[in-house]
Amino acid sequence: MGTNVSLEENFQTYVDGENKVEPKDWMPEKYRRTLIRQISQHAHSEIIGMQPEANWITRAPSLRAKLILLAKVQDEAGHGLYLYSAAETLGESREKMISDLQSGKAKYSSIFNYPTPSWADMGTIGWLVDGAAIQNQVMLTRTSYGPYARAMVKICKEESFHQRQGYEVVMKLAQGTPEQKAMAQESLNRWWWPSLMMFGPSDDESPNSAQSMKWKIKRKSNDTLRQEFVDKTVPQVEYLGLTVPDADLKWNDTRGHYDFGVINWDEFYDVIQGNGPCNKERIAHHVDAHEDGAWVREAANAFAQKQVQRKKDTVTAA
Amino acid sequence: MTGGWLAGKKSQYTKEEALKEYFLFLADDALILGQQLSRWCSKGPVLEQDIAIINTSLDHIGRARLLYQELSKIEGAGTTEDTLAYFRDHQAFRNALLLEQPNGHWGDSVVRSFFIDTFNFFLYDGLRQCEHRVLAGIAEKSIKEIAYQAQWSAEWVIRLGDGTDESHEKVQKSIDDLWMWTGELFESHPVFEALDASFVDFSALKTQWLNKVALILETATLQMPNAEAWMQTGGRLGVHTSHLGFILAEMQSLPRTYPNASW
Amino acid sequence: MNKDHWKLWEVFLRSKNGLSHKHVGSLHAADSEMAIQNARDVYTRRSEGISIWVVPSEAITASAPDEKEPLFAPSDDKVYRHPTFYDIPDDVEHM
Repeated sequence: MGTNVSLEENFQTYVDGENKVEPKDWMPEKYRRTLIRQISQHAHSEIIGMQPEANWITRAPSLRAKLILLAKVQDEAGHGLYLYSAAETLGESREKMISDLQSGKAKYSSIFNYPTPSWADMGTIGWLVDGAAIQNQVMLTRTSYGPYARAMVKICKEESFHQRQGYEVVMKLAQGTPEQKAMAQESLNRWWWPSLMMFGPSDDESPNSAQSMKWKIKRKSNDTLRQEFVDKTVPQVEYLGLTVPDADLKWNDTRGHYDFGVINWDEFYDVIQGNGPCNKERIAHHVDAHEDGAWVREAANAFAQKQVQRKKDTVTAA
Repeated sequence: MTGGWLAGKKSQYTKEEALKEYFLFLADDALILGQQLSRWCSKGPVLEQDIAIINTSLDHIGRARLLYQELSKIEGAGTTEDTLAYFRDHQAFRNALLLEQPNGHWGDSVVRSFFIDTFNFFLYDGLRQCEHRVLAGIAEKSIKEIAYQAQWSAEWVIRLGDGTDESHEKVQKSIDDLWMWTGELFESHPVFEALDASFVDFSALKTQWLNKVALILETATLQMPNAEAWMQTGGRLGVHTSHLGFILAEMQSLPRTYPNASW
Repeated sequence: MNKDHWKLWEVFLRSKNGLSHKHVGSLHAADSEMAIQNARDVYTRRSEGISIWVVPSEAITASAPDEKEPLFAPSDDKVYRHPTFYDIPDDVEHM
């Protein structure tokens, strides 16, 4: 026990020195569990996050837009994969993570439980949702766990085009016909508040945050990140000639930040609890794809085993 | 080509008409297949294969754009890649019927890709020597992608064929079901007569295609269907199956609802 | 292991001639050909590599960190060396 305490103290000092932790290093069990939970949740968000956008691939209104959207959703699949890889270095199999996702044990970002009825949503998601995610991800490139930090570096490099793609879609709408402009505003109205919720509960309501900050898994608090996001996004909304759906939004000269209205946390917790418009649909889609693919995965394994056996037989025969 | 359900279809083409048709054969094949494959996004058997199939979808749609862009220049004012993709009705599409067949399960999609990828490989390999410089350039750029696609789909046919009993049975059925759509790929067409010989005549690819398919199916322990079986036809003349109408209705909905908008 | 579970492979890329292969991550595949193909699709979407190695993760033997002198002991901070194939990109600070 005494040894453990000193190991944990050493670990803290090590992390405080801005050093990276690598897979085979000793780490507190709780650090490992926290990382597995956070990285897999992050991976699941990328994977479930493909669905609301994949929804528009077949209907993208130009071939250029179709290619960009496809490439973007493909990137999300890639990012999910990088993150599953990072979590696997902690000894958690992807199979287990996926089964936790499908059983509801593991969570993913609640934002993806909202539907995408409008093409404008392809812009708003890239601009606001990816924008909010990038805020978080840039911070995570400096996270203390090496494989996670490296995955985030790759992801951030690739994400840079996503937000611009989103903004471009919205800009074309905002500068287009009156119907298109209305489309952009309607979409912004639906996504603004859920985007702010993406940063998670306020700091005083977020019990895991403090420990994560201490271990430098997380580098900035939820409220700090949320404020940065609002400050940076409001001018972008204004540039488009659109309106933020928040009557309380006002620049505060003293703070040097925007003040904004109260988030509806009841909605946030409701959606997390499974009561969002698309919770069931998202998981069912994932389960169906996984089950439909079982015979394919089995066949590939059976074929691989036969190949190995054939090589052995050839060697024996020779 | 007179009598029957293809009655009334054009049988003689000027050189320019033939050139446009030839571009549509290639471009519509690429677009419709790309569109179909893109539906697999988030539905693949494993994440890695989702990424792989999206890659091929990207390649097909990217190739369709290059071909439509060149065709727009031939067509002249007012025509763009997007008017070609979004404002033509099913009668104006020239893709082979094979490509508009539904995705079905993984094996169905893999077999559909295998048939067309193998065809595309020989076709685009030949088109690298085409006297139409732009088309030759597109072929040169595309052949690497197509070679990769052909390898990917052939390997999957082999894996499924020589995998489990279940996968063997399923993929054999995919081959048998899709077989009747393959004959159309090699039909002679008056368009080929109107163009110079450097535009590959699709009917010249049949032997190579049959040999390659036979080889892969044998490796996959699958039965080759009868090459002389009855084949469906119509796509190259704009006579399609019901599937294409739904594909286009979905794909074209937004630009047709807001015809004055730009995206 | 379930019949439909594909094994894990580590992926190494050579970004250009003159440089050594570098670990970039892992993926799942049923066999080595598929692992190479998947690696191409997953890790070279932006032409990051000209040569790919894939190795079954189970085939890698890693040195064990010394139990008695944990690598993260404060006094050893300056001599800390991470396992060779887990390389931290130089630009991690700039992102």
